[in-house]
Amino acid sequence: MVLAAGSAVFIMFTKNILYAALALMVTFLSLAVIFIFLGAEFVAITQILVYVGGILILLVFGIMLTNKTGSTQVLSLTYNKVLGFLASGALFIILFKGITLANFAALDWNKESESLEPSIAKFGQILMTDYVIAFEIIGLLLLLALIGAVRIAGKARKEADHGT
Amino acid sequence: MELDYILLLSALLFVIGLFVVITRKNAIMVLIGIELMLNAANLNLIAFSSYDGSLQGQIFSIFLITVAAAEAAVGLAIVVKVYNYFRTADLDKINELKG
Repeated sequence: MVLAAGSAVFIMFTKNILYAALALMVTFLSLAVIFIFLGAEFVAITQILVYVGGILILLVFGIMLTNKTGSTQVLSLTYNKVLGFLASGALFIILFKGITLANFAALDWNKESESLEPSIAKFGQILMTDYVIAFEIIGLLLLLALIGAVRIAGKARKEADHGT
Repeated sequence: MELDYILLLSALLFVIGLFVVITRKNAIMVLIGIELMLNAANLNLIAFSSYDGSLQGQIFSIFLITVAAAEAAVGLAIVVKVYNYFRTADLDKINELKG
């Protein structure tokens, strides 16, 4: 938890975008560890596969493609510091108050973390029975988004005339 | 692990993501901030799911990860395309729709 918070704070203060991306990787990995402690192994593995293996690689490619080569560092200065600090600080104070004042033990569904045994089998059964429609729809969404991303970022080519 | 600490960590991550989104002008840093905020929401879902008997929270967080992946792919594609057109990724300098 300290690692996750520390690397996130590092993202907040660093000026180098590449360092920020690497600190984001540390945050994702430590969050995966926390997920395992919370009894969500499948989500932890998916987190590592999708975030660290996919999104971060995409981010690093994006950084390399959108910065002028030749300069040694890719910097991004911070602006509107006071405004950003006020807004996020106020939100954090509100959340902190709410979380510390709330009495989660009084909730009736709170069963003191009984699902700490490995739950991948149960998870797969539920995903493939109760939530199969949502699963298919999310797969379709991902397919469409990736096709759209390739179409947007790909080379502009001569389109054939489709009527119109 | 205590639920309160996890929720506080999640709140901290969300607030840092918000700070990054507000204060940076580079489009990629804004995307990094959005990823942090999505991950904070994910952590909340997992935390409540582990104290709940059912696995609904975990399933929903899988969907959230998928949507985040789609969002990052499309967002980065748009950023690369915009950079090719405007020769900058600075969000304040990209201020015309039809060039």
